[in-house]
Amino acid sequence: MQGLVAFGAYVPRLRLQRAAAVQANAWFNPALKAQAKGERAIANWDEDAITMAVEAARDCIGAHDRARIGQAILASTTLPFQDRQNVGVVAQALSLRRDIGTLDIAGSQRAGTSALIQALRGSGETLIVASERRRTKAASPQELGYGDAAAAFLVGSENVVAKLVVAHSEAVDFVDHFRGHGPQSDYDYGWEERWIRDEGYNKLLPPAVSAALKRADLTGADIAHLCVPVAMRGVAPGLAKRLGIAEERVRDVLAANLGDAGTAHPLVMLADALAAAKPGERILVIGFGQGVDVLVFETTPALAKLPARLGVQGWLKRRKAETNYQRYLTWNDLVTIERGMRAEGGALPPTLSSGYRNMEMLLGLMGGKCRICGTVQWPQSNVCVNPNCNAFHSQDDHPFAEKLGKIMSYTADQLTYSPDPPACYGMVVFDEGGRFMADFTDVDSESLAVGARMRMTFRVKEFDSQRGYTRYFWKAAPAA
Amino acid sequence: MASGIRDKVVILGMGCSKFGERWDREADDLMVEAFEEALKDAGIEKNRIEAAWLSTAIEEQHVGKSGVPLAVALRLPYIPVTRVENYCASGSEAFRGAVYAVASGACDIALALGVEKLKDTGYGGLPQRLRGALNSQYWPNISAPGSFAQLAAAYRAKHNVSADDLKRAMAHVSVKSHDNGARNDKAHLRNKISIDDVLKAPTVAAPLGLFDCCGVSDGSACAIVTTPEIAKSQGKRDLIAVKALQLAVSNGQEASHNAWDGSYFATARVASSRAYKEAGIERPREQIGLIEVHDCFSVTELVTMEDLHISPEGGAIKDVLDGFYDADGKIPCQIDGGLKCFGHPIGASGLRMLYEMYLQLQGRAGARQRKQDPVFGLTHNLGGFPAQNVCSVSIVGRYGA
Repeated sequence: MQGLVAFGAYVPRLRLQRAAAVQANAWFNPALKAQAKGERAIANWDEDAITMAVEAARDCIGAHDRARIGQAILASTTLPFQDRQNVGVVAQALSLRRDIGTLDIAGSQRAGTSALIQALRGSGETLIVASERRRTKAASPQELGYGDAAAAFLVGSENVVAKLVVAHSEAVDFVDHFRGHGPQSDYDYGWEERWIRDEGYNKLLPPAVSAALKRADLTGADIAHLCVPVAMRGVAPGLAKRLGIAEERVRDVLAANLGDAGTAHPLVMLADALAAAKPGERILVIGFGQGVDVLVFETTPALAKLPARLGVQGWLKRRKAETNYQRYLTWNDLVTIERGMRAEGGALPPTLSSGYRNMEMLLGLMGGKCRICGTVQWPQSNVCVNPNCNAFHSQDDHPFAEKLGKIMSYTADQLTYSPDPPACYGMVVFDEGGRFMADFTDVDSESLAVGARMRMTFRVKEFDSQRGYTRYFWKAAPAA
Repeated sequence: MASGIRDKVVILGMGCSKFGERWDREADDLMVEAFEEALKDAGIEKNRIEAAWLSTAIEEQHVGKSGVPLAVALRLPYIPVTRVENYCASGSEAFRGAVYAVASGACDIALALGVEKLKDTGYGGLPQRLRGALNSQYWPNISAPGSFAQLAAAYRAKHNVSADDLKRAMAHVSVKSHDNGARNDKAHLRNKISIDDVLKAPTVAAPLGLFDCCGVSDGSACAIVTTPEIAKSQGKRDLIAVKALQLAVSNGQEASHNAWDGSYFATARVASSRAYKEAGIERPREQIGLIEVHDCFSVTELVTMEDLHISPEGGAIKDVLDGFYDADGKIPCQIDGGLKCFGHPIGASGLRMLYEMYLQLQGRAGARQRKQDPVFGLTHNLGGFPAQNVCSVSIVGRYGA
């Protein structure tokens, strides 16, 4: 029977201090002051639903054999490409096999849980990731309440850490908010919260959860962890009470330090619950959006043997408080900023043919290893770089993405264009051999040092706003 | 066995435009300005030039591709004109082309002319440009200062130098060049600066500040070369001969193989060693009288002193601070003000350096003239990035020396 084989998560490093946004906007909407506490996760300028999916997938997969993965699914309502399979980028970044099934699932806040249900109904091993970089208007309640994050699961039938007990779905075209098409389609258009609570959560969730429990012959008392991805005050405790679930079994909705990660949020909460759960416990997770998904899992003894991973709490600990609301506005195109003439000239056209020809190198960070002398090198080339070898056509694929390196040289460049100046970059040298001049991300320029340990992370290299094209490549980020 | 270029070709005449923000001049005008001086200096008619080499690097900003812009600007009479580009060594490459043509016997008199008009971009610094479809997909958005700044981090790590000590030595490099440039009416920047000015300047690419960076300017320089016999037949005495022309080009080893530590230029070490051999120089620290190096950034000049085998490895800071490379030191470096004060119109720079050597070796450098007459002068260009570059080392000197 299919179940969860592994889980992982990703939360971007920067946490916008809500007080900073409220201070800027309360003149316009004083009601925002009620949301001034805590912080929310915000993507760096070079992160989107694809890059965060890659990070969550890496956290999930760990040392697990990637060649076993036969299907990859990405759920998101903020996919960077409308017509280019987004999970295809993720699969290439992870250097998954070519003969796998791939699928993007979108269109609803329930996309994450529904994708998980689809994976659990399939066979073989599936990687399913839910990822969201949320778009909100300045001075909106959503700007304060939402968060950016991703969660990933391996679904399979061997070494299951949490088996599926029941999955139940109900489809109801209840529209609490929507994004259509047209000039305003980037942002949610929502309805009054009290209506959403009374007619939505309070009327649609209880019958769906009860139906699921009944199908599994369970009661609320059998649930150890209740994941309700609704931050609105009173909703989750009210549901727990109606189902006979003790209030302390309601999982933290992560509103204080992460924010609502949209369609990824139920899966983020599930990953968080799995990290806290003991073997033999039941976890109930809800997805809400034009209906309800309910999934109940029961953890197995294998959960205790799962290798350590960062998970939600591990990533949450890697944080930097962002108090500069203006930077957040700039990165999210919510303010027109003078970027300078250097920002105009450099944009490369989409380069689809050369990008395709080199996709293992560019998306997978695949390098080479010389069969003759053993030298590991990036990029792979026709002639071995070792001056004592220089053999022709001697290199086999050798992956670099999971290697740790260290800084050999660096700078913090104020001249060149970067959305987050100064542009920090330098030569990164890998212990087993190989090096390349890499952009640094998630760094503070003053803490750069020769010898600093770096890990590779898949990021947006640049965004061509003229053509709407996002180019991706790997960057170096502090290893810890 | 090749015998090298030593004493096979001499300089018949040279010219150099004023460098600077030449808002009122086209590239054509700058070419003519340099050429008229050279032609007069050579004492020949234009039509005796049988072949020409034009160097430009960022030609899309001004004259465009090919040899045509030079032929048109000077109305050359349907002679062969070749455009060369090899990063910042482009000017030295044009010179190499002309010198080799004469040395081969293919022609008697040849012209090398470099020009660059960089001040039409609308912003400071070198123009932003693409690096090729694949490179642009994975290279960081490297600026010139950002790439060369990295020498500092690697040099400090290797030689255990504090950030402050290195920054002070770098500051001395720039202060010295401004002292020299102040005495040169063809230089772009002619103001003296203090160590404090350098240390307090805004950061461009850490640890390089504004005064650690050379300027960007418009300019042109050229050389007319011929055989020693023809020069003598023109009545020339005290001939200045080409002693060595060397070039070393990175093959990707520094960028992709872990042998290189980032603190020096692998190419410069090779090119200078070969140049000394070609010129018959065994003890460069004693024999070389003057050097003009590619001081695009102060830190570049500093580490280059070691790569030219003049300062011992790890010893450049001491030599710099001791004034060894000052105008009144043992081996003046950038006695004309260098890239620091001339700016760097890329295609022209290598020829501008040779122009100063030519003047100094003939005792024609006016207020800047080195009292102790130099016998050998060395010029050095470095284009690209520390991890992947083109390096040229040229040596000129008194004919027969």
